[in-house]
Amino acid sequence: MSMRPSSFQYERAESLQEALQMLASGDAKALAGGHSLIPAMNLRLAQPQKLVDIGRLDELRQIAADGGSLRIGALTTHAQIAASADVQEHCPALASAASRIGDPQVRNWGTLGGNLAHADPASDPPAVVLAAGATLHLMGPEGQRSVAADDFFTGLFETDLKAEELLFAVEIPSLADKATSYVKLPHPASRYALVGICVILEVEDEECASARVAVTGAVPSATRSPAAELALAGSRLDEDSLSAAAQALMDELGDDVMDDLHAPRDYRRAMCGVYFKRAVRSALGQ
Amino acid sequence: MSTRIFGSGIKRREDPRLITGKALYTDDMVLPRTLHMAVVRSPHAHARIKSIDIRAAKDAPGVMAVFTGQDLDCEPVPCAWLVPDADLKTPDHPALAKKRVRYVGDGVAVVLAESRYQAEDAAELVEVEYKPLDAVVDPEKATQEGAPRLYGGVPNNIAFRWVASSGDEEVEKAFEEADVVVSERIVQQRLLPTAMEPRAAMAQYNDASGEMTVWCTSQNPHIHRHAMGLVLGIPDNKLRVVAEEVGGGFGSKIPVYADEILVAWAARKLGRPVKWTETRSENYQATIHGRDHVEYVDLAAKKDGTMVAIRGKVYAAMGGYLSTAGPGVPTILHGLMYCNVYRFEHARCESIGVFTTTTPTDAYRGAGRPEAIFLVERLVDKLAAELEMDPVELRRKNLIPPFQDGYDVATGLTYDSGNYQAVLDQALEMAGYEDLRQEQEQARQDGRLLGVGVTTYAEICGLGPSQVAGATGFQGGLWESCIVRVSATGKVQVMIGTNPHGQGEETTFAQIVSDELGFPVEDIEVVHGDTDQTPMGWGTYGSRTTPVSGAALALAARKVKDKCKALAAHLLEAAQEDIAYEDGKFFVKGSPEEHKTIQDLALMATVAWDLPEGMDPGLEASQFYDPPNFVYPFGCHLAVVEVDRETGHVELKRYIAVDDCGPQINPVIVAGQVHGGVVQGVGQTLYEGAAYDEQGQLITGSMMDYTVPRADMFPNFELGHTETPSPHHPLGVKGIGETGTIASTVTVYNAVIDALRPLGVEQIEMPMTPPRVWKAIQEAKANNVTRKQS
Repeated sequence: MSMRPSSFQYERAESLQEALQMLASGDAKALAGGHSLIPAMNLRLAQPQKLVDIGRLDELRQIAADGGSLRIGALTTHAQIAASADVQEHCPALASAASRIGDPQVRNWGTLGGNLAHADPASDPPAVVLAAGATLHLMGPEGQRSVAADDFFTGLFETDLKAEELLFAVEIPSLADKATSYVKLPHPASRYALVGICVILEVEDEECASARVAVTGAVPSATRSPAAELALAGSRLDEDSLSAAAQALMDELGDDVMDDLHAPRDYRRAMCGVYFKRAVRSALGQ
Repeated sequence: MSTRIFGSGIKRREDPRLITGKALYTDDMVLPRTLHMAVVRSPHAHARIKSIDIRAAKDAPGVMAVFTGQDLDCEPVPCAWLVPDADLKTPDHPALAKKRVRYVGDGVAVVLAESRYQAEDAAELVEVEYKPLDAVVDPEKATQEGAPRLYGGVPNNIAFRWVASSGDEEVEKAFEEADVVVSERIVQQRLLPTAMEPRAAMAQYNDASGEMTVWCTSQNPHIHRHAMGLVLGIPDNKLRVVAEEVGGGFGSKIPVYADEILVAWAARKLGRPVKWTETRSENYQATIHGRDHVEYVDLAAKKDGTMVAIRGKVYAAMGGYLSTAGPGVPTILHGLMYCNVYRFEHARCESIGVFTTTTPTDAYRGAGRPEAIFLVERLVDKLAAELEMDPVELRRKNLIPPFQDGYDVATGLTYDSGNYQAVLDQALEMAGYEDLRQEQEQARQDGRLLGVGVTTYAEICGLGPSQVAGATGFQGGLWESCIVRVSATGKVQVMIGTNPHGQGEETTFAQIVSDELGFPVEDIEVVHGDTDQTPMGWGTYGSRTTPVSGAALALAARKVKDKCKALAAHLLEAAQEDIAYEDGKFFVKGSPEEHKTIQDLALMATVAWDLPEGMDPGLEASQFYDPPNFVYPFGCHLAVVEVDRETGHVELKRYIAVDDCGPQINPVIVAGQVHGGVVQGVGQTLYEGAAYDEQGQLITGSMMDYTVPRADMFPNFELGHTETPSPHHPLGVKGIGETGTIASTVTVYNAVIDALRPLGVEQIEMPMTPPRVWKAIQEAKANNVTRKQS
């Protein structure tokens, strides 16, 4: 009830190395935009002893496009991503997802890195980085390592990121020649995704050469849908193949689909099918 | 002649300070040596308190004191609407629960510390041992045998049973003899008022003088002073209540709350100022909720569509305790409006107030009248479907004919004035009703679900004659008073007993005075919200500020004008009856060039160098005003919706509101009130619903889960108005603060049901969220398949 955090230490890092050192000592949490962490602290759901503010590390707030890939610094805000011409060109689904996160205040503060590291099951970007085949670059006391998005999300609010590590950049292969879309059914109050679907299609001669499909919001951890991908691949993307793929998606999600006041399980599962079809049609410009 | 200020849509004078953050709210107030209060609240809906251990909390850093219910030596939290002839039970409501808690959020202890952080930290250290008891959150179930009981002396949890009837036998007979009876079980779900500013209170006690000042978020500071004085044993002439800036209330800041009493009690006990501001989570748990009825309603009609009788049995949740005005809401403010705008011969309402292990309920925008208009209009639409009549034609057939001065309806009320045909006609014309129905037909052929809802309504507001207040058990009057004070320089202060908190009367009341006396509107200040600065009044709620306080103001201004006329006659050496007035100038009829301005007269009255024989100095008037009747604004609202078959999402495509509140003082402010009211009403239809689980835990406990409607959920509203003055108000005006909420909930509800009519869907629980609409569509599809097969 309090809406006031329990007491904590605050330190501000001036470099990535310093941030890692600060994180290494004690029960510490990295503070980026703070739009997930601070509400959790206010409700005393999170009570870290120490906050390491990485918000001033401007080198992590950059978007670069080169050699067929897009590299986004972890501290880049949703608003910056939504407005970036590079992101709009190489990963329009991410720009579109970022433009619909929360409200302007959240988008101006919340960061891509913070969002992915937090791994809220109802968050939008995880679906896009999964479908896009992104690579997440992490830095720890032992040095740098890179993890495929497919291996990064491990469960409800759980990722492969270790407590002493920082996610510093996200790399996405350019999708400029693919058909992409992110659609969502927002929670009416919070605007988190009750269902969020990202599809990335390779279309040749009106046939789907390959498809990547990821789902967020509906299940405890954002996930790819191999069944839907398989159903789409090789299809003509007509109504029948869409319906079959939607059914495959819903069957695959099965009872993993979450159940709550705003989207009971049967409704949510059905909306996965509806929004999947809408995502494909939107990717195809229909 | 210049443009008349009365009726002009000038900008709200309140807005610059509100928009730029310069407004001073209770939480902005800072006093030296202030202690901060945190309330330890029950996590159980219903439990016995076995023990409370405050030792660790008392020892925590910065803590000055920790109190439990056993420490309190003040009177219980009062209920002030003691509805008569209803076997009303009023069990004690201690400001801190002593033996038993009755809702999640019920206070059990308070911590007073040097900072709010320290208070919160220590509050976590208060150890309360509970023995949980069964919860009951549904008011109908709570009355059944075997339901958990909240109070020993209250069988079946029934707090009261109130009946308003035009004659039980006649009602019964009308239903027996009717050609058609339509019935429905309606659930008016519980709503969270969600004022932008949460509740807050600060108190300072001077033990040398015995004076107490309480700053708090109140729609009615004089009622707070009266009630808190009685509870705390402080003479009200030593008690000052200040609520100058209040950030919305919608009824939720009418009640006198335990938290406010605790702040004042602790300030006196500890000899230091005490301050408390609730969080939004506390706001959702411990500030009153609205609605929460289960209703069984029936309408009897002839087969030609003549509506004869209407009746309802209402189970109204009171929550764990009776809030200040709680019992008056589902009774007086509800059951007397069952005739709406129709010529029913018989009407009966039986309202059963029920204790449930939930947050107490009280007045929320519209308070009882939205529920009444909902059930009437719902049944009218149902009757239209039953008789295969156009719902508009059915309404038109049964409307009360136009009247200027009084119409008696079967519930015993006398409506003041109305022209229901005019608002209906205008709304239909604005909507292009015939075309809409054709469009709907075409849409249905295309497989689209388009729906139209039309409501004609009247409402009772401008509460009200004090004699009626007394007769209905309201523990106070409902008159208003005001003072108009003019200074030597011709500047005006208007002191009022009501307390606007967003409705814009600082602007509209200045317009009234300017219109009556000719002072420029910028020379007039409206002072409210401080019991030391303002004369007695009963507050801002029930759309009464302009109908009652505004009437007092107009009459006070006219007294000032009369004095000015007498003084002008003296100074111009003429007889008083020869003095004319125009645009702030007084002159001898026929010689406007030689005049005295109102400012001249203000100066001359104040210096008093040359007054006529027997005239007192000064230019000031006060006025008490007790209205002879309520006012009854009315209108017609029309909504067009489209339902997405695949997702169940309802899109509100058009919303037309034609309202009649008599002459409009400021049409921009009227429009704002209608906009906000409609949004809140539609919020109930489509978005808002406070949900408890079976254990009495509030599931929608934050703004992450409770859907407050937002601008992007709405189309631009299309507004129209007609003007039918109230015959008894000096300015002819009626209230407009609640009409939007009263009309819109059912308008959109009926539109959604109309959209789904081809599928055979007849009812969906509110809020009509996409999952619920989707489920209704799925079930209807399944039924239709079954029907076809069989």
